[in-house]
Amino acid sequence: MIPDISKIRKDFPILDQIVNGKPLIYFDNAATSQRPVQVVERVNEFSLRSNGNIHRATHSMANRTTEAFESGREVVRKYLNAAEAAEVIFTHGTTESINMVAFSFGEAFISEGDEVIVTEMEHHANIVPWQMMCERKGAILKVLPFSEEGELHIGLLDSLITGKTRILAVAHVSNTLGTINPLAEIIAKAHQKNVPVLIDGAQGAPHFRIDVQALDCDFYAFSGHKLYGPTGIGVLYGKRKWLDRMPPYLGGGEMIDRVTFAKTTYNELPYKFEAGTPHYVGAIGLAAAIEYLHNNDIQSLIQYEHDLLTEATYKLKQIEGLRIYGEAPLKTGVISFNIAGIHPFDLGTLLDQMGIAVRTGRLCADPVMDHFGVENMVRASFAFYNTSGEIEAFYRALIRLKGMF
Amino acid sequence: MTIDETQQEIVEDFSGFEDWMDKYAYLIELGNELAPIDPKYKVEANLIRGCQSRVWLHQEFTEGRIIFEAESDALIVKGLVALLLKIYSNHTPKEILASEPRFIDEIGLRQHLSPTRSNGLLAMVKQMKLYALAYDRISANNK
Repeated sequence: MIPDISKIRKDFPILDQIVNGKPLIYFDNAATSQRPVQVVERVNEFSLRSNGNIHRATHSMANRTTEAFESGREVVRKYLNAAEAAEVIFTHGTTESINMVAFSFGEAFISEGDEVIVTEMEHHANIVPWQMMCERKGAILKVLPFSEEGELHIGLLDSLITGKTRILAVAHVSNTLGTINPLAEIIAKAHQKNVPVLIDGAQGAPHFRIDVQALDCDFYAFSGHKLYGPTGIGVLYGKRKWLDRMPPYLGGGEMIDRVTFAKTTYNELPYKFEAGTPHYVGAIGLAAAIEYLHNNDIQSLIQYEHDLLTEATYKLKQIEGLRIYGEAPLKTGVISFNIAGIHPFDLGTLLDQMGIAVRTGRLCADPVMDHFGVENMVRASFAFYNTSGEIEAFYRALIRLKGMF
Repeated sequence: MTIDETQQEIVEDFSGFEDWMDKYAYLIELGNELAPIDPKYKVEANLIRGCQSRVWLHQEFTEGRIIFEAESDALIVKGLVALLLKIYSNHTPKEILASEPRFIDEIGLRQHLSPTRSNGLLAMVKQMKLYALAYDRISANNK
């Protein structure tokens, strides 16, 4: 079924505006996606009518909030097909989710001389937390490289994983290359040697239906604001067998069972990892975003996004001197590129003058820049509310701007 | 020409452009025309790093005036760098310290000197002022 995009666009009033005298073309969805009115309204309605701090009082306002928050958790559980809601932890976003695992898993399971594997195509948020933990523990960070096309050298995993490997962290989808990584194969190889796997799903969750049980991943992290939800809310899914054995990340309210000055005992999952007042407004908004996706036949939206990417790739390749970084056969969401002789900053600045929003810079992935020997890239990233007409306008804009240099 | 007169001249140059594209085409032209910085000065120590683009800034102090040389890897930034050099180079520390780059606002390119644009330009202006401050102190101490 072909989704009715003009109808969907009405749910995103932000798209219908003039920027620098031109109709806005929003191609920076991998940085943050826009929110439908259904999400904004749910959040507003909640803030205007139901607010009370969760899990802490007997009054009706607090009960309403607690109920909304916990039913939000259930929505996420279903979306991920997690075995139980206690395995769904609300965080500030993917970055906090990964930091939480790096810290708490590291405390429980990693000691001097142990090894952690990440890949060359990771976002800094899936490198630095591991680096910090490795420094603290005297552990070693090992890197799985990718090919010129932007595919991970999976074959190298067998030798990279040793008896010392404690965890492997990999992106579901690369934020620069758009590569969809072969998670099933990676997880199978890691599990063969009893190594758990964390998936950075920041760019994956917005483009796929996730089934953490079918994937058999040990951790899956994603952000609300890239999934048409609010900023400041994210999720860490973790298998209970790991979460139970990991110490808390932050100390404070909600995560405790009983405090005395001699000894504090911790609350059960998921609260053990939700210190302080959680961002329940965000969680409610995220649940609304997931429900929005469900009401719109996710599968056809995914297919439509893929068609947009194929069309954009075909068009951009017609431009002389344009190089696309990341040409794996299985790709989604993003096209990163450079045009010979034009600095990405210049291109981004001029595109903005034409109402076109793209990302430029190092894309929070210095190792990917180093791999290709470039300082910066331009990245266009798509969502299901984008259109073929916008891709055509983008293509024409690039041709016109190329003439200026 | 005083710093202010140069700024006024630039503002007049830009007032003729009606279309944003002409304005940027002119900046690109200025960027292309700017003499490259001596390679020996294009070093890490002179690098002002923005997330989006890089600027290299070198200075020399002769006869009471600071001579700036600069370059950027992005052409639009380089065009703006050329304007900043035209305005501030070959002036005394006191003159440099007393003058703000108001032209940028008046030619409608304020966004390029905002802290949210990590293109190195704002940092370049700050760095030029810091040099001016330093040379101003040194001159005062030597008197």
